[in-house]
Amino acid sequence: MISILRKIASVGVVTEPARACSDEELERLGGEIRRFVDRRFNGSLAIRQVDAGSCNGCELEIHALNNAFYDIERFGIHFVASPRHADILLVTGPVSRHMQHALKATYDATPDPKWVVAIGTCAADGGEFGVSYASCGAASNVIPVDAVIPGCPPKPVDMMNGLLRLMQGR
Amino acid sequence: MVQSGHAIDRGQYPIVKYAPYHKHAVYRKPQESYMDVWAPPNELHSIWMKDLWSALTDQGIEIEDNPTESLLPATVWKMKPEDWGMLARSAQHQDCRWVGLWLDDLGDKLRATAALSKNGRFLLVRTDLPSQAPRLPSHAPYFPGADRPERHAADLFGVTFIGHLDSRRWIRHQAWQAQDYPLRKAFPASGNPAANTPPDRDYPFLHTQTPEVYEIPVGPVHAGIIEPGHFRFLAVGEAVLNLEERLGYVHKGIEKIAEGRDAQGLARLAGRVSGDTTVAHAWAACMAMERAYAHMVPPRGLRLRAVLAERERIANHLGDIGAICNDVGFPFAHYQFSRLRELWLRDNAAWFGHRLLMDQVVPGGVATDLNGEATDEMGLRVGELGRELDELRPILDANHSLQDRLVGAGILTYETAKALGCLGYVGRASGFDCDLRRERPYGPYDELEIEAVSRTEGDVAARLNVRYDELYASLGLLEQLLARLHPGAIQSPWPTAPRAAEGFGVVEGWRGEILCYVRLDREGRVARFFTRDPSVFNWPALEQLIHGNIVPDFPLCNKSVNGSYAGHDL
Repeated sequence: MISILRKIASVGVVTEPARACSDEELERLGGEIRRFVDRRFNGSLAIRQVDAGSCNGCELEIHALNNAFYDIERFGIHFVASPRHADILLVTGPVSRHMQHALKATYDATPDPKWVVAIGTCAADGGEFGVSYASCGAASNVIPVDAVIPGCPPKPVDMMNGLLRLMQGR
Repeated sequence: MVQSGHAIDRGQYPIVKYAPYHKHAVYRKPQESYMDVWAPPNELHSIWMKDLWSALTDQGIEIEDNPTESLLPATVWKMKPEDWGMLARSAQHQDCRWVGLWLDDLGDKLRATAALSKNGRFLLVRTDLPSQAPRLPSHAPYFPGADRPERHAADLFGVTFIGHLDSRRWIRHQAWQAQDYPLRKAFPASGNPAANTPPDRDYPFLHTQTPEVYEIPVGPVHAGIIEPGHFRFLAVGEAVLNLEERLGYVHKGIEKIAEGRDAQGLARLAGRVSGDTTVAHAWAACMAMERAYAHMVPPRGLRLRAVLAERERIANHLGDIGAICNDVGFPFAHYQFSRLRELWLRDNAAWFGHRLLMDQVVPGGVATDLNGEATDEMGLRVGELGRELDELRPILDANHSLQDRLVGAGILTYETAKALGCLGYVGRASGFDCDLRRERPYGPYDELEIEAVSRTEGDVAARLNVRYDELYASLGLLEQLLARLHPGAIQSPWPTAPRAAEGFGVVEGWRGEILCYVRLDREGRVARFFTRDPSVFNWPALEQLIHGNIVPDFPLCNKSVNGSYAGHDL
């Protein structure tokens, strides 16, 4: 136990004063997000992520939003296990035809008002996979999309930026 | 492993006049560079091919040796479709691994190729089938790992596998009709899909009539940030009686949409087969194309590829070790390892311009050079990470509540791992150790010392420990590679004069061996792209190792295997 505490103390708080990542922007971004979430969502914005056919690259970077550096929860944004609890759906991947129904069902299960954010180049426009016998292409070909955050995959900072832009636009 | 008795006793088989594996003996390393470096052939390592040849010809089976230079170092045989089953039977006796199956529509016929391996040597056996109603004896009764690959081929090419015990569709849900075969050339990539693809409701899962047994459907949309797939549990109380996986949800037609691409386009696509394995998949595809054209990669380019591949291995192991600990409620480790992973990814971004290293491996070499300063910095970071790992390991080992959940959970026996042909850390944690980097090192691994990592317990703890040990092994490799990064070109220009050719690539990705076959047409465009992620053989292991565990331990067991859905579904 003492070694755990020692390790925690020696690592200290890594949560961004944005080190190598592009900017000192993160804190500013986070502050703005926090204010929006407080005002519009009463302090808590719930996100449900749906992989509709991604290569898993976007998921890895969405995971990173929860690591100690970005720690997106401190801004009031958290990931939930059910679409029933969500304000926002984050959709990744070109929508594979085998996931088309599941994505629609997830969308329908999310209570209104809701936003859909297409994460990554594939969800934005089909990316490398496009439209084919097996792929519906962009997420907007299947469900209404409110915002797009392109990138292959988008960096965690880009995702926070994109979320903020979505909130500002509304 | 000890050679089986008859493999050493040469007396019991008549000496065949024709010894195809001798072809290997004349295969020499290209002089100017060692792009295609495979360790020099060792007669002992390929003696099993001679035994297999004898065993088959003794049964009156005709085999034609079909040496194909661009498929070297693999040996190529041709045989009749009706003898296909005997091949599997004899190969099983020889203790071979069954490593893959692909079909190719050549217009007037279909060509099937099965890949077998032992001692790091690859044997490709081919047979031609009529386009109309093709039938082939199944390999699945001898190699359970062949089950899903054959069903994949049945769904996409319309081949009937005789003697296959499971006639259910696999990769096909409802996006195309049973009589449509998307990988046939006549089938357009755009297909003829309905506006709304119905859900796959009537897949015949194993059901139970016993009222005490619960049937628990999970997925395809899971309760986390994770890929989609369906799991059907039969459980009594908490104990899992049976688990059935249903995958294919992220099938994006990768094999089909690869067709017509140029070399660079294929490398980009291969880098997106499974986003966490972008380096290794792109490397395998590039290796296949480079072999097809006997194209050389400069030494620095080759060493940088290995730097990228080992960095990818480390990043994934770091993330997963943390995630496994998190699944049993030990967030300390999760935060520590995700911190280390993030630092590692930021270095990737600083040095290579991409956190996950996408599009870094390109045909002919790598896209980004590493300058001297970055090389020194990477050396420092390697040391730093090693020290962090030294500090964290005793904490994990000494944590009783963590070890209580990991030790003894999800045991995969050696026998099962071997029967399924499990790869990477999943096999290695059960004592079934295949590592191409050691068995048959491809450049630049032939010049490196690689620490062998293996355990025998086969439980979640063993898989975690194997990955922990692999972290150290990879750090050691990075140190050796950095010391060898002599100045030079990182890429050789891709040939502008195209020709029809085929090539075969195998790379040890972080999940295990990745196998890739590429056929290029006369314009140098992709005519067939086949890739086999190690997950193909590791997913079935999950169904086995979960037996007797409790449902709440499924996420833990699943994470400890961490199969790729995207890499499996293609």
